[in-house]
Amino acid sequence: MEFLTLLSFGPGGWGDEIARGALLTVELALATLPFGLALGLLVALGKDAPSPVVRSAATLFTTVFRGLPELLTLFIVYYGGQMLLTRLAGYFWPGANVEVNQFLAGVVALGLVLAAFSSEVFYAALKAVPRGQKEAAAALGLPKWQAFRLVVFPQLWRVALPGLSNNWMVLMKDTSLVSVIAINDLMRQTAIAVGVTKQPFFFYLVACLIYLVFSILSSLVLTRAEARASRGLKRAGAK
Amino acid sequence: MLDALLTPIGQGFLAVAGFIGLNADLMDRYGLRFLQGVWVTVELVGLSMIFGAILALPLAVARVEGGRITSRLAFGYSYFFRGTPLLAQTFLVYYGAGQFREFFTDIGLWWFFRDAFNCAVFTFTLNTAAYQAEILRGGLQSLPVGQNEGGKSLGLTRYQIYRTILLPQAYAVGLRPLGNEVVLMIKSSAIASVVTVYDLMGVTRLAFSRSYDMEVYLWAAVLYLLMVEIVRRVWDVLERRLNRHVAVSR
Repeated sequence: MEFLTLLSFGPGGWGDEIARGALLTVELALATLPFGLALGLLVALGKDAPSPVVRSAATLFTTVFRGLPELLTLFIVYYGGQMLLTRLAGYFWPGANVEVNQFLAGVVALGLVLAAFSSEVFYAALKAVPRGQKEAAAALGLPKWQAFRLVVFPQLWRVALPGLSNNWMVLMKDTSLVSVIAINDLMRQTAIAVGVTKQPFFFYLVACLIYLVFSILSSLVLTRAEARASRGLKRAGAK
Repeated sequence: MLDALLTPIGQGFLAVAGFIGLNADLMDRYGLRFLQGVWVTVELVGLSMIFGAILALPLAVARVEGGRITSRLAFGYSYFFRGTPLLAQTFLVYYGAGQFREFFTDIGLWWFFRDAFNCAVFTFTLNTAAYQAEILRGGLQSLPVGQNEGGKSLGLTRYQIYRTILLPQAYAVGLRPLGNEVVLMIKSSAIASVVTVYDLMGVTRLAFSRSYDMEVYLWAAVLYLLMVEIVRRVWDVLERRLNRHVAVSR
């Protein structure tokens, strides 16, 4: 009973604070998704580019951001971005001090990591689309961009989706790291509640369960999305 | 004797570092602490992986062999630890243990949970065990049923079938994902720095908070990439050695 009071909404409980934090976590993950996936697709196309310079750059990008701890990437983007921008601004307005928005730093850092991992998925999927598809599109007279958008991408998407689902699950969990640079996400709101109530076990368990619910909801949505992406595909043995 | 040998090497290293434009002064002050940090990270990952492997074995077998209750319990365990962030798990153990201090003192385990390093190893072990159990289960379930039946027809006991036939093959199948798990663990181990462990990340944060020189993050990045690359190379060799009898279609 005492624990239910702790979770109540209102001045006595922490329910509303934690709910706000959870909302911010979802917002952060959703804001990162388009940026990370777009960059990932771009890097995957870069790995397939005719120019060896572009190919090496794309491979280097993946190697670095897949190999660095997410926490380190976050610090480099946050503090490094702050210092870089301060120095840049210093040229125009001497003595200027730039503060990087933490949310933006979180989106950029998590987006870089997501891009590195999703580019591998996209690249494998790109290889799974037969050459003939592209050639057929060219034979039909489609411009390059339309051939990619209408012919290659929908097929690539179907193959990539299970891998991307995995990337999303990892991203969801990685968002908890941004609490370290003082974003009021689920993890940090929980820490604040713990600081006041001295009930770490209970509150961190609640936080874990909320992340777990996010995972379960995500996998429900993603299973449906995968079924939808494969709707044009007939499998052996299917009705 | 050793000092006489190491000092010139150290000074030579600093001179080279200064020459290529690194901050030799900073390197002089924190270089050795960084190496200590690397060692703490290696210890964290090594201990967690070993204890995790020991714990993963019964979990995987429980998922394959267990009845309705045992297999579901093992599944629930894996689902919880794979579905929640490692940071939250670490806080749960580290701060949660402090809350039950009296209880742990009573059963004589407080000395263990008092130390942040132990808490980190404990949490990472539980976490990686969940992942390793899934890898091993996948390996076990990928084996043809004939492997099991062959063992039975030879009159082997359940235990013997697992030890001599099923597990070696399951580990061979799971070798690559296990290598990925080591890499993931090296990266995740940076989380220990949040609960005051001076691993590579912890040392880096300390050095940065005192010097405000971004260069220390560069060193950390290079050291982490180096560790990951070494594991990758070692695993390539392991795969070639251990799976040389398997015809790989690649």
